[in-house]
Amino acid sequence: MSILVDKNTKVICQGFTGKQGTFHSEQSIVYGTNMVGGVTPGKGGQRHLDLPVFNTVHDAVRETAADATMIYVPAPFAMDAILEAADAGIKVIACITEGIPVADMIKVKAALKQYDARLIGPNCPGLITPDACKIGIMPGSIHEPGKIGIVSRSGTLTYEAVHQTTAAGLGQSTCVGIGGDPIHGMDFIDCLELFEVDDQTAGMVMVGEIGGTDEEAAAEFIQSNVSKPVVAYIAGVTAPPGKRMGHAGAIISGGKGTAEEKFSALEKAGVATAHSPADIGARMHDLLND
Amino acid sequence: MNLHEYQSKKLFADYGIAVPNGRAARSVEESVSLAKEIGGSRWVVKAQVYAGGRGKGGGVKLCEDVDQIKHASDALLGSHLVTPQTDDKGLPVNVLLIEQASDIQRELYLGALVDRNSECLVFMASTEGGMNIEEVAATQPEKILKVTVNPAAGLQAYQCRQLAFGLQLQGQQIRTFTSMMMSLYRLILDKDVSLIEINPLIVTGTDELLALDAKINLDDNALYRQNDLADLHDESQEDAKELQASKHDLNYITLDGSIGCMVNGAGLAMATMDLIKLHGGEPANFLDVGGGVTADRVAEAFKIILSDKNVKAILVNIFGGIVRCDLIAEGIIAAVSEVGASVPVVVRLQGTNVEQGRTLLENSEFDIVSAADLADAAKKVVAASQ
Repeated sequence: MSILVDKNTKVICQGFTGKQGTFHSEQSIVYGTNMVGGVTPGKGGQRHLDLPVFNTVHDAVRETAADATMIYVPAPFAMDAILEAADAGIKVIACITEGIPVADMIKVKAALKQYDARLIGPNCPGLITPDACKIGIMPGSIHEPGKIGIVSRSGTLTYEAVHQTTAAGLGQSTCVGIGGDPIHGMDFIDCLELFEVDDQTAGMVMVGEIGGTDEEAAAEFIQSNVSKPVVAYIAGVTAPPGKRMGHAGAIISGGKGTAEEKFSALEKAGVATAHSPADIGARMHDLLND
Repeated sequence: MNLHEYQSKKLFADYGIAVPNGRAARSVEESVSLAKEIGGSRWVVKAQVYAGGRGKGGGVKLCEDVDQIKHASDALLGSHLVTPQTDDKGLPVNVLLIEQASDIQRELYLGALVDRNSECLVFMASTEGGMNIEEVAATQPEKILKVTVNPAAGLQAYQCRQLAFGLQLQGQQIRTFTSMMMSLYRLILDKDVSLIEINPLIVTGTDELLALDAKINLDDNALYRQNDLADLHDESQEDAKELQASKHDLNYITLDGSIGCMVNGAGLAMATMDLIKLHGGEPANFLDVGGGVTADRVAEAFKIILSDKNVKAILVNIFGGIVRCDLIAEGIIAAVSEVGASVPVVVRLQGTNVEQGRTLLENSEFDIVSAADLADAAKKVVAASQ
């Protein structure tokens, strides 16, 4: 198996008929994802990419039994889109949109507590189970079905980890980009927990970066709850304090959230670390063959 | 985005939060006339820059008469203020805040920020006002009082009272403090504030509570709905290259090293910097060209990197993703030929059509070296820079 999504997952796209929604829905369809439709308010009843368009997520769920969504609406409308999906009963909500105000995300996270939905992102590449289901903007071609679960805060750095595990002949069970925002949906622990009980996953790669203390929390979790090998890499050893390195979440403040602190917490917890981003795949390969 | 102290205090006043009587001046004459208008017998002249630690940097002057105001304003205006929080070039002082000096009995701290662990707004208060609050948090964590705001219920009066009693406020002060915190909370919600700090919040001889300093950071993601505040952005306080980059939607940060970096994606950009360091080099910058790697953007990125005279070599690291590598290679060649790169360029491409991309780069007439993988790229660029 895999985690969160597989070939049976029925996927819709919110912001379906927009430029981003159209392009990435096409890519998902070509990849073989079970796309069942999309939502653009006011365009219900039309067809787009040979799929039905609905006015509301509730309509889409009623007609197609969709259980996952990918969101490409602009940032000012993203809170609305996430909550609409949750309210309609969607179980896996991947929000690709970047630039959502943090005040909106505080409200979203509080409201999501009343739903049985998992939010991935925002400001993330999405998630993919190779050769089965691609929800997001990652290039499908670099993935290979296999046994490594990948969870990452960064987009292109996730691709790097994917590329290296593919090159090492390991492949991936599922890859989840949890996003670079300070307040976001699923975190490292949520994903590691699922990978731990997933039969297909033999090892996990965790790609973190400066800012916050999610990696430290993950280190503690791994120590007491994860039996499978984990390789962790943290980006931002050379990042100066107080500067926002692209991601809103990647800022070192008041001596907290440095890469050194994170590496040291992980190593103390017995997690294998790669200090070079070029060594992620090889490190995983060695761990599994020891 | 930051606000200057005088702008933050204007917002405070709009929300009924007491601040010292003061005004912003842009010339020595204006300083003097404003001081007369404000009245009193002692004034404080404060340099307005996007950095803390101004007192230590000599940016805050207590003045007893008009001559001293003249002297202080003349010295500060047009100078660059270096503080513990700036680099050694400092920040330009174009505006001064002229305030009536206050009768300080106690110095407290009050702040609020978005806490990523609780995913809520958190208010913090301390009796150790006027000091570096990060240091207090590190050495005497018990002196930082916190309350977490439930986003559905909002800030409650009991939470304000908790902090007020914790700060050993008394009588009328408790009511004033509660109303001040409630006003701050409204201000935070209305204006998409991500960090607000009053350090120090003072108790005066007449039992008033005054915000002697005011620091506000706004959520950049929310500026689209805060147009009035976005207009207050003071470009003179930003690094010229970083500003230029942001106008082209490039994410650029100046560093001290000699190897320029151009990368797509923030995480990979940080990882590339780390890798350069690991191989004995020093990165000259962080630069994320974002998702759409077009010839125009690459050309702009090259221009910005090359405007840094310390740069001895450039590493381009692009994980192609959905954009084809041959198109990216063409973009890089077009950019190099337009800008005329004067230093060696090492390119590492990965993704669709990577072989075609590499062939294009190697056959170009420019000094472009193609690298096979991440580690190879780092080794080659460090060698090229030496």
